Amino acid sequence: MNILRKKSKANLPFSERVIELFIRLCGISCIIFVFGIFFFVFREGAGFLFNGLNLTEFLTSVEWQPTSLNNKRYGAFALIVGTFSVTTLAMCMAVPFGLGAAIFVSEFCSPKLRETFKIIIELLAAIPSVVWGFIGLTLMNQLIIQVFNAPIGLTMLNGSIMLALMSVPIIVSIAEDALKAVPDSYREAAEALGATRWQVIYRVLLPAAKNGLLAAVLLGAARSIGETMAVLMATGHSVNIPSGPLSWIRTLTATIAAELGEVARGDEHYQVLFIIGILLFTITFVVNLIADLVIKGIRQE
Amino acid sequence: MFTETPIDRRKRLTENVMRIFLLVVTSVMIIPLLLIIGYLLYKAIPVLSLEFLFSNPRDNMRAGGIWAPFLGTIYLVVVSLLVSAPIGVFAAVYLNEYARESWFTRITNLAVVNLAGVPSIVHALFGVGAFVLFAGLGESILAASLTLAIMTLPVIIASTTEALKAVPMPFREACWNLGATRWQTIRRIVIPNSISGILTGVILQVSRAAGETAPIMFTGAVFYKAIAEGNLFAYNITEQCMALSLHLFTISTQVPDVTEGTPHGTAVVLVGSVLLVNAAAIILRVYLRTRKKW
Repeated sequence: MNILRKKSKANLPFSERVIELFIRLCGISCIIFVFGIFFFVFREGAGFLFNGLNLTEFLTSVEWQPTSLNNKRYGAFALIVGTFSVTTLAMCMAVPFGLGAAIFVSEFCSPKLRETFKIIIELLAAIPSVVWGFIGLTLMNQLIIQVFNAPIGLTMLNGSIMLALMSVPIIVSIAEDALKAVPDSYREAAEALGATRWQVIYRVLLPAAKNGLLAAVLLGAARSIGETMAVLMATGHSVNIPSGPLSWIRTLTATIAAELGEVARGDEHYQVLFIIGILLFTITFVVNLIADLVIKGIRQE
Repeated sequence: MFTETPIDRRKRLTENVMRIFLLVVTSVMIIPLLLIIGYLLYKAIPVLSLEFLFSNPRDNMRAGGIWAPFLGTIYLVVVSLLVSAPIGVFAAVYLNEYARESWFTRITNLAVVNLAGVPSIVHALFGVGAFVLFAGLGESILAASLTLAIMTLPVIIASTTEALKAVPMPFREACWNLGATRWQTIRRIVIPNSISGILTGVILQVSRAAGETAPIMFTGAVFYKAIAEGNLFAYNITEQCMALSLHLFTISTQVPDVTEGTPHGTAVVLVGSVLLVNAAAIILRVYLRTRKKW
């Protein structure tokens, strides 16, 4: 059988060779695009990154005054803290819900109920981020003002609730895959020893699937870090080190979205926004790489 | 029968408590979906009408309909689909049918995963750097669509790969044994047998592209542009356009004194179209499952 498959390349008609070349090109296009993204974002920001920007100040100072006339300051520390604090708070809400739902859907549900829940989760994932931002701006804003008696509801809490709702679907679907990947023989062995369903989950499945669950959380976090419109509209948009869930913040992504439209090309400020882009790209790249290694780790076992 | 010992009872109790707790946790996720749709519809009912869909924004976007942004979104989605569907499908064909297990394949897969993980605003910066400035397209529908296409590529690749994987190996082997080449096998056997799965991926790409805001903000979408009402060909792809998602952002944050309900109406149209498209994908998937021949 294999002899037939191994036709020599020379026998292929010309048109077929062209098509194969095209398919191969498409195959490697993703690598080209990932490098392209890094290259072009880097290209726009490189000049100021190597020549003029004080990197220590950029990473540690809280003074973000890019438009000041005589005292321009590019300290992104408050933005970095903003991004990470809103993501952490979002994960505190999304992880218990996401993992809980994944366990329920994969272990307790009847097939019919499982399909229903999966469709709902899929629809939840489909809602555009600008709509989440709009909900944060209107509905959640009112809600926070009334519940916490706060002067303004556009806070870190508001943004993280939106981010939590957006990252839950990712966490559920990846965590469910991880639980599905645990061989049924594990469950059967545990049940044969007299364990209840919950004991099987708690003592057998969770330890066996822990890498996949970790990857699910990491990818959910990566999604939150990179989210733009929802945090731009819902977190109050002021550069600030947060003192609690009700403080205003601004994130790295929101800063680019809000300021890129108002700068002149080639300007220092313009280049700093691209440098923030490089920073974001690097953070999400590293988080995704770790998640990928964690998942690959399970497959090799 | 065995009598129940206290340990058994505790086990049963924990089991039931956890089951109910997890059911509640899962059900809580339905609430925001219903709440959002209900809230938006409730607020939007007064403005929703066919006229809202087919008339342009008026009075500095304080009133009027959403024709220009709606048409703009359709343009962006269609152009980005034309670019990303062939590349995405063929990339998946390469990964599934041609690539062997090697470090290079692993890097390609990693690139797909990472492309999906790049933040949307970084895609926007890439679009500005690569298409608007380097390729000289300027801020145009073309530049914005190309940015969207690259951003949504992983969606198509992921579902196409899954669809191709579901075609059993004996199908291909039978075809090869008849003397067919690789490409003949793919065109005559593999793709026809996985077309519904591929279409699902394409549909999901449409839904994703329609909702994105950040990548088009600086590459081709504008706050306001007047076009002829009712003319489907009112935009030129080398010019800028309005977009539904950006329009929602604009009228809810940048424009003061917008008529009550207009932003909600815009949001309803945006969410409604995205959810409809997704529902189509779900129905297609269910249909495919009942129809499978193997």
